Amino acid sequence: MTTLNTEPNLPAPDDFYDELINLHRGLSEAQSALVNAKLILLLANHVGDPAILRAAMAAALEDVAPRRGSR
Amino acid sequence: MTSYTNPIYAYRRSPDQDRDVSHHPVIIVGAGPVGLAAAIDLAQRDIAVLVLDEDQTVSVGSRAICWAKRTLEIFDRLGCGEPVVRKGVGWNVGKVFHRNDLVFQFDLLPEHGHRRPAFVNLQQYYVEEYLVDRVSVLPAAEIRWMNKVVGVTPQAGGVLLRIDTPEGDYALTCEWLIVADGARSPVRTMLGLEAEGQVFHDRFLITDIRMKSDFPPERRFWFDPPFHPNQSALLHRQADDVWRVDFQLGWDADPEEEKKPARILPRLRAMLGAEANFEIEWASVYTFQCRRMPFFRHGRVFFTGDAAHLLSPFGARGANSGIQDADNLVWKLKLVMDGTAPDRLLDTYDIERTAAADENIRNSTRSTDFITPKSAVSRTFRDAVLALAKHHAFARRLVNSGRLSVPTVLAESPLNTPDQDRFAGSIVPGAPAADAPVSGPGSKWFIDYLHGVFTLVAFGDAVPAAAAATLFQDDIRCRVVHVRAGSSGSEADSQVVIADSAGLLAKRYDGRPGTCYLFRPDQHVCARWRAFDLAAVRAAIARATGNA
Repeated sequence: MTTLNTEPNLPAPDDFYDELINLHRGLSEAQSALVNAKLILLLANHVGDPAILRAAMAAALEDVAPRRGSR
Repeated sequence: MTSYTNPIYAYRRSPDQDRDVSHHPVIIVGAGPVGLAAAIDLAQRDIAVLVLDEDQTVSVGSRAICWAKRTLEIFDRLGCGEPVVRKGVGWNVGKVFHRNDLVFQFDLLPEHGHRRPAFVNLQQYYVEEYLVDRVSVLPAAEIRWMNKVVGVTPQAGGVLLRIDTPEGDYALTCEWLIVADGARSPVRTMLGLEAEGQVFHDRFLITDIRMKSDFPPERRFWFDPPFHPNQSALLHRQADDVWRVDFQLGWDADPEEEKKPARILPRLRAMLGAEANFEIEWASVYTFQCRRMPFFRHGRVFFTGDAAHLLSPFGARGANSGIQDADNLVWKLKLVMDGTAPDRLLDTYDIERTAAADENIRNSTRSTDFITPKSAVSRTFRDAVLALAKHHAFARRLVNSGRLSVPTVLAESPLNTPDQDRFAGSIVPGAPAADAPVSGPGSKWFIDYLHGVFTLVAFGDAVPAAAAATLFQDDIRCRVVHVRAGSSGSEADSQVVIADSAGLLAKRYDGRPGTCYLFRPDQHVCARWRAFDLAAVRAAIARATGNA
């Protein structure tokens, strides 16, 4: 896969969603922020491909803030 | 300070002060490491050079302490590498800690077979002393102490300077002005020019202590250590049992308060242990910036070192890149002054060294942002990296306490001849020479055979002796170094034979028989081929000197 896949790819979406929310159960806001950041870094490294990561970042920024040019 | 006393260099009245307006071909403003290196290089090339310094001593305080391998190689070419290496403390390894754990380790010179280590730590005042000593034996170079430039006026064919001395002021003109007057660069201000960039909102206590210790000379950096929670610290050995210690203090720290021994001592005791035996030699509080001038060349005026570009110190790229500025500029100036290269060759000083400055700024900025995150989310990601580094290898490479200075590869330079042939390895056009042990009539090290002129290094019998003699007769002379199985008995002006005694030259350069590498006078590769062709070599030299 050389492009970001945003078609359904989670085998049991509700189960995943539940696990993601539960991951943060009992954590303070600061702890949650840290866990989220670690999760992003872990998954980013697993994906590896810079083009896919950039596409994911662009999709994340969409409708939140204007798109910026690359550095 | 117990370990060192600054020398005082005497002010001497010059005969120029009794004349109207004397003229010097090249004047350098600032006798710091960069100005002095440029002066030595010019004098070695038989160009008369005058250095003006507003003070009369070397660096006050240890300031730049990490001298990179490339800098040491340049110092070797300038005849002052040996004292720096002898007095200094060599090191290759750096360790980064988070709380109590080692999270990252780097070795800057993992391979053997280089004359110089990755870095030598030595206080800037010693380096400047050795450079001043070297200047003092070169008749073509003069330093005038207590000569402060107070006016700069570019004019046709040169620059007019107004200089203040203890005995009143006087005027000089020059054809070429090299500005090496440091971060605040009075000359830059006098010319109405600016350096643009950013300030990092943080403060650091930088202190030198004298301490006998068995700690190894490796660079040690801590994030959030028990002895300095939520901040960073650094420990690094210099000469004379002097140690550099940094403590990150945060933006709200009061610089005047933090410089006081009463504030510093508890921090040091926490770091080194209550029983540690040390003395504070010097301390200061710094805020760091990354800035550069948009252009380093302004007609007959060249900005070098901190006057041209300012960096945060994580990575040791400041003085080291300044020395490379001088190394880049002087051979070009020599050719232009000789009339063998056009003025536009000097534009490439700006092209090549602004590119280098951008690379250095990019790296130091990234390190500083990791050490001093600019926002809450940036801090969260930084802390996430550190947390992950304990257990996961990928995160260790993200830990950034400084990407240490490596010599710039001038990969995009217009002076390079692009490869037509295929080569393995990293010594591409634009890269500086890689060293290797050799046997030969002179030095045991390859780089010493690149004498500050164009040099064609030829593996095997690539270049006939007659062709080598021809190349040496050209207007821009080129010397040949033949790399063969057995070396010759002596070194001629035009050529020499050396042997690749450990096979490392062939390995590092992918040097199959017939291969030729063309080096510029600053020891950067500008072209390479799998076979010798006289016309191609001449064309590459022309291209590398703005003559094509």
